[in-house]
Amino acid sequence: MTEYLLAIGTRKGLFLGHSTDRVSWEVERADLGMNSVSAVCIDTRRGRQRVLAGATSGHWGPSVLYSDDLGKTWQEPDRAPVSFPEGSDAALTRVWQLQPGGPAEPEVMWAGTEPSALFRSEDGGVTYELVRGLWEHPHRPTWQPGGGGQCLHTVLPHPRDGSRMTVAMSTGGVYQTTDGGQSWAPSNGGIVALHNPDPYPEYGQCVHKISRHPDEPDRMFLQNHGGVFRSDDGGGSWSPIGGDLPADFGFPIVAHPRRPGSVFVFPLLGDFDRTPPESRCRVFRTDNAGETWQPLEKGLPQDGFQAAVMRDAMSADDGDPTGLYLGTRSGAVFASGDEGDSWHAVALYLPDVLSIRAAVVG
Amino acid sequence: MRVVVWLPGPLREYVGGAKQLPLDVTDDAVIRDVLDAVGRSHPLLERRIRDEHGQIREHVNVFVGTDNIKDLDRLETRLHSGVEITILPAVSGGAR
Repeated sequence: MTEYLLAIGTRKGLFLGHSTDRVSWEVERADLGMNSVSAVCIDTRRGRQRVLAGATSGHWGPSVLYSDDLGKTWQEPDRAPVSFPEGSDAALTRVWQLQPGGPAEPEVMWAGTEPSALFRSEDGGVTYELVRGLWEHPHRPTWQPGGGGQCLHTVLPHPRDGSRMTVAMSTGGVYQTTDGGQSWAPSNGGIVALHNPDPYPEYGQCVHKISRHPDEPDRMFLQNHGGVFRSDDGGGSWSPIGGDLPADFGFPIVAHPRRPGSVFVFPLLGDFDRTPPESRCRVFRTDNAGETWQPLEKGLPQDGFQAAVMRDAMSADDGDPTGLYLGTRSGAVFASGDEGDSWHAVALYLPDVLSIRAAVVG
Repeated sequence: MRVVVWLPGPLREYVGGAKQLPLDVTDDAVIRDVLDAVGRSHPLLERRIRDEHGQIREHVNVFVGTDNIKDLDRLETRLHSGVEITILPAVSGGAR
């Protein structure tokens, strides 16, 4: 019997769902208090099942905690897990992303933060060090905060080449390294910046999320603040693929983990509405890398639905068939065990959902 | 000299559930020295009160007796033997 773990980070705490069929779920609140959990990660490398949470208290500040017993108990080190070094002009506001390193680096964990910075852990996500190459980039003083804050929210290690990585931030856009993080270059060619007099600047785009399939590392999919884009050359250039979507604004974008060319988005009316088109909760999937999109709505609310889905509140698990999960700002969580064709409610009345991850744990 | 730091409920888990933390500091100690001492003995507690650069977090208040150190000399506020220091969450921090 397969066991699934669903980690749901909300504005007020972390919730954990357990299921054997991805239809019926038992959801419990983890012992993380009233922290907002902007980042969650279930790291199943090394034969270990480590759950990590980027948790921020409105009073007591941010931290990264981890659990090696599926959320029963939580630990953090004596020293601050993620902190800006002495002499830097910033203090950590929150952790937006916790991303395992590539296959050749099983102990590496990456953290994307607010203010926009990248941190690297070499002890499985317990403690992190600032990646100075990006922090000291001459563009950094001109990056501007998006509505959620000046955050680095996407970290994509190259699945085959440990020296290459793509990150994205709001705002700032896409940056890449090919030398293990020592130097970084913007990679935003073709991505529109609707808030800028020059709609195609070198950098400064408000990229919301990037995703890719590990077998096609040079093909990436991007949800922008206006427009869905694809790159076929490793980020060198980007082309719009919003095509027949009912709206091209949104936050999350999720590449199917086993099927290259299949991608999921959750469109919102943009830019000054940010509710789902036709007030219907619908995920859209392409199976041809963005040429066409089809709605996935069976089991999702189709009447009077006004909630958004945040950039890390939609994700896929590593099951077969692939499971999909989304959490809304209205506190509802839905799961699909059949690649998005049908959905079941996991919970309906949680605090607003900020992050969601799921994995096979047994 | 000995001072006593009173802790609010959410921070007591970092000192084994105790409501107060007695500390021995030098006679010329200021609040910064007290928090440095907290950091040495209870680092997880200290970083709930101060950020990585030693600044009091925005939504945390520190009182010496009944006076907020923001109205005194902040981290340089001087102390006297037996003084009670109280850590409290600001009302504003619960906005979300």
